[in-house]
Amino acid sequence: MARTLKLVSGVEPAMVWHADTALPAGTDLVVVPGGFSYGDYLRCGAIAARAPIMDAVRAFAAKGGLVLGVCNGFQILCESGLLPGVLMRNQQLKFICRDVYLRVERSDTPFTRGYNAGQVIRVPVAHGEGNYIADGETIARLEGEGRVLFRYSSPDGLVDPDWNHNGAINAIAGIVNGQGNVLGMMPHPENHVEAVIGCTDGRGLFAGLSDHFDKAA
Amino acid sequence: MAIAKDTLLRNEPRITPELVAEHGLKPDEYQRILDLIGREPTLTELGIFSAMWNEHCSYKSSKVHLRGLPTEAPWVIQGPGENAGVIDIGDGLAVVFKMESHNHPSFIEPYQGATTGVGGILRDVFTMGARPIACLNAISFGDPKHPKTRHLVSGVVAGIGGYGNSFGVPTVGGQTRFHTRYDGNNLVNAMAVGLARTDSIFYAAASGVGMPIVYLGSKTGRDGIHGASMASAEFGEDSEEKRPTVQVGDPFAEKLLLEACLEIMRKDCVIAIQDMGAAGLTCSAVEMGAKGDLGVTLDLDKVPTRETGMSAYEMMLSESQERMLMVLRPEKEQEAEDIFRKWGLDFAIVGETTPTKRFIVRHGGDVMADLPIKELGDEAPVYNRPFVESPKLPVIHAGDVTHPMSMADALERLIGSPDLCSKRWVWEQYDHIIGGNTVQRPGGDAGVVRIEDGPKGLAMTADVTPRYCEADPFEGGKQAVAEAYRNLCAVGALPLAITDNLNFGNPEKPEIMGQFVGCVRGIAAACKALDFPVVSGNVSLYNETNGRAILPTPTIGGVGLLNDFMKSMSSGFKDSGDTILLIGENPGWLGQSLYLREICGREEGAPPPVDLEHEKRHGAFVRRLILDSQVTAVHDISDGGLLVALAEMALASGLGATLDAAPAAVPAQAFWFGEDQARYVVTAKAADAEKVLAKATAAGIPARTLGTVGGKAIAVKGEKAVPLATLNAAFEGWLPAYMAGKA
Repeated sequence: MARTLKLVSGVEPAMVWHADTALPAGTDLVVVPGGFSYGDYLRCGAIAARAPIMDAVRAFAAKGGLVLGVCNGFQILCESGLLPGVLMRNQQLKFICRDVYLRVERSDTPFTRGYNAGQVIRVPVAHGEGNYIADGETIARLEGEGRVLFRYSSPDGLVDPDWNHNGAINAIAGIVNGQGNVLGMMPHPENHVEAVIGCTDGRGLFAGLSDHFDKAA
Repeated sequence: MAIAKDTLLRNEPRITPELVAEHGLKPDEYQRILDLIGREPTLTELGIFSAMWNEHCSYKSSKVHLRGLPTEAPWVIQGPGENAGVIDIGDGLAVVFKMESHNHPSFIEPYQGATTGVGGILRDVFTMGARPIACLNAISFGDPKHPKTRHLVSGVVAGIGGYGNSFGVPTVGGQTRFHTRYDGNNLVNAMAVGLARTDSIFYAAASGVGMPIVYLGSKTGRDGIHGASMASAEFGEDSEEKRPTVQVGDPFAEKLLLEACLEIMRKDCVIAIQDMGAAGLTCSAVEMGAKGDLGVTLDLDKVPTRETGMSAYEMMLSESQERMLMVLRPEKEQEAEDIFRKWGLDFAIVGETTPTKRFIVRHGGDVMADLPIKELGDEAPVYNRPFVESPKLPVIHAGDVTHPMSMADALERLIGSPDLCSKRWVWEQYDHIIGGNTVQRPGGDAGVVRIEDGPKGLAMTADVTPRYCEADPFEGGKQAVAEAYRNLCAVGALPLAITDNLNFGNPEKPEIMGQFVGCVRGIAAACKALDFPVVSGNVSLYNETNGRAILPTPTIGGVGLLNDFMKSMSSGFKDSGDTILLIGENPGWLGQSLYLREICGREEGAPPPVDLEHEKRHGAFVRRLILDSQVTAVHDISDGGLLVALAEMALASGLGATLDAAPAAVPAQAFWFGEDQARYVVTAKAADAEKVLAKATAAGIPARTLGTVGGKAIAVKGEKAVPLATLNAAFEGWLPAYMAGKA
């Protein structure tokens, strides 16, 4: 993730220790990357969500700062209350690492401005608990407010159970919070930013963010 | 200073012959102990001897034969004898790698057994100062019809993934096979590959007297006691009662241990380091002292424990995971401790080095063991066990084989057979992309990983053909090395070195020992001929259940270098119209082929002979073609033969092939399904094909045109075409269906 941020934006990201209590001054974007925080022996992300630094992340998000959580990062954002819902065990009860197709639902967000609405991208997933679920009311609100940014789909953009590897409700792969400044997603766009390592379909997310900050500056 | 007998703890049980036997020591081995120390050992000492002198730790049956393996080359920095082998790949970088078995634990408790196998091999690699960049796994299971097989596959695969995924290292390759001879004794051979700086490799040898010995990592519990002894015995009906000997893995603790170790190594705090693997504290402390010509005194009251009331015996034999022993620079002790505390790990000074060359263990004010440290390792029994060479099997002539079905039906059946079908179900449970450096994912000839930001890349593979090893150990040993070599050449990498993981039955049986000796000699011959030295390895014997041995399985883990990872070659067809060429001779060897076994129901005959000179020349030729960008796809031909290789290339791309008929001189089935060695399929742009053939002729290498890429079927002239959709259904179908209980 750090390498991708540098590769696409040209800016070296600062690493923040879990036990720290403040983000570096001038932070534009907080990225909570993938991994197995604390081994994920409890509910995935449950312990990391309570790490000292997360108070600063919550405060940063409350002020409108952009936060991106990928894979375990998405789980941590859900557990920390920054995003609704929860990631359950994959429907097949197995860890799955493979390339999947995502339909980009909107292009008018800082996270997806590098894509066109309806565009299909190929990015890898690598998780055992990516099966997104929330209560019916929350799902209705997410859908009604257009907060689902990525959905698992066929290469042609059709949402179909055969192309929803983890069984997530409504094939949800990534959502934003009500203010639209916190994105959580299970797939790994950061691992598809070079043609020789898979493909470059993930690059748009980071290029779009970079563009967003350039325009804002 | 030796301690008088009467100061040793006296309320321990007397050592009886039963107790000796329970520790896996033979009466003559016990006599050796008595002769060595001149008195009856304490129970703790008996435990220490049993840990040091079991087959797993002492290599007592294999040592004399392993000496015949070539271990040197200009690029070898460290050969066998350390935690892992080290080779130089230029630019100040070194690759550190090793493969190790975790067979017995994985049968008793598949998830934890496999998990701790991965954890152990990762620790071996980062103990040397390397950051792990990839893992591979070669796993063998019993007959799919055996009632336990499904459970074992499920647990082992989940366990391998469970550790590697969480630790954060991509698993990029390996092998999965099924054979009834692994019923009751499945194999898990885990390989880890790491990257280090050539000027900061760390070793086990302690130096300096009075240096503090530091215990790092997780706490010590009662798990895994006698794990190494268990791994040195045959299985019987009671094997499932041995669950308490299996350790429990904690990949998160290992990840912390990795980061903490690499950090204190960067800060130059470390003099010597040894991970606690088999036989835990005993093996690691003895090794550090013995290698440094020093004594070691341990104070077990200082050892961080998970539970109260642990005896010295239990602490010395615990195989709790994620632990390290180090000798630190005294002036850096505080800095090192701060780093470990930062990562939330235990840090305790548990002993010191002494000039006495004695291994002294204190606990609760008593001396529990006082033994000569060098002799614990050096005086371990060494056996030159009697062996008989495996009888040569008759060569099966292609003309004598009757063929029960059409070529098309045979291809469909083979590609969907347990050994040849897609192992996607397995490797999709392994994170093979983490780190963002995986250039070639599992499913091809070799995994390829970019080194840092490039341009170099590392190719790696794990391979062996056990049925060849059983039929002819010498040729089978050669073939395992040659196949690893070919896998690396096929992706364009220069093969550099191997690690070997030798899995065999009970060495006390002369015919099993004969298999071992034959295979090791074959490996040695191939390594010499191919400039492909052995830099690390592991021997796993006594792989028998109720007296029946596994197939001899010397797994070879090979590592090769690509100067430019962008030039790595893959096996899938690239474009319609490309010409398909065969490199190598194709006389049609059916003995021990999967065609003979799966289609004709005959597991017979001599295996294909391996001409090492051909392997070397054909490999170099293929690497040259890749480097010169004259080929568009390359695949090595192995299990299943030529037509299976072509089908795999088609399935990897979705493009079919139109193929000429087999030449009249060779029976068609032998031409398409024979398993002759030193062969590759390559494809070239139609305009380049003649150049490739001319180049082959000039180099004196057999090459011929087979056909053209294109269409949606494998279509051999004169035979029924097999649609790719049909092949794909068979290829991808079997394993998921089997695991779901539907096949």
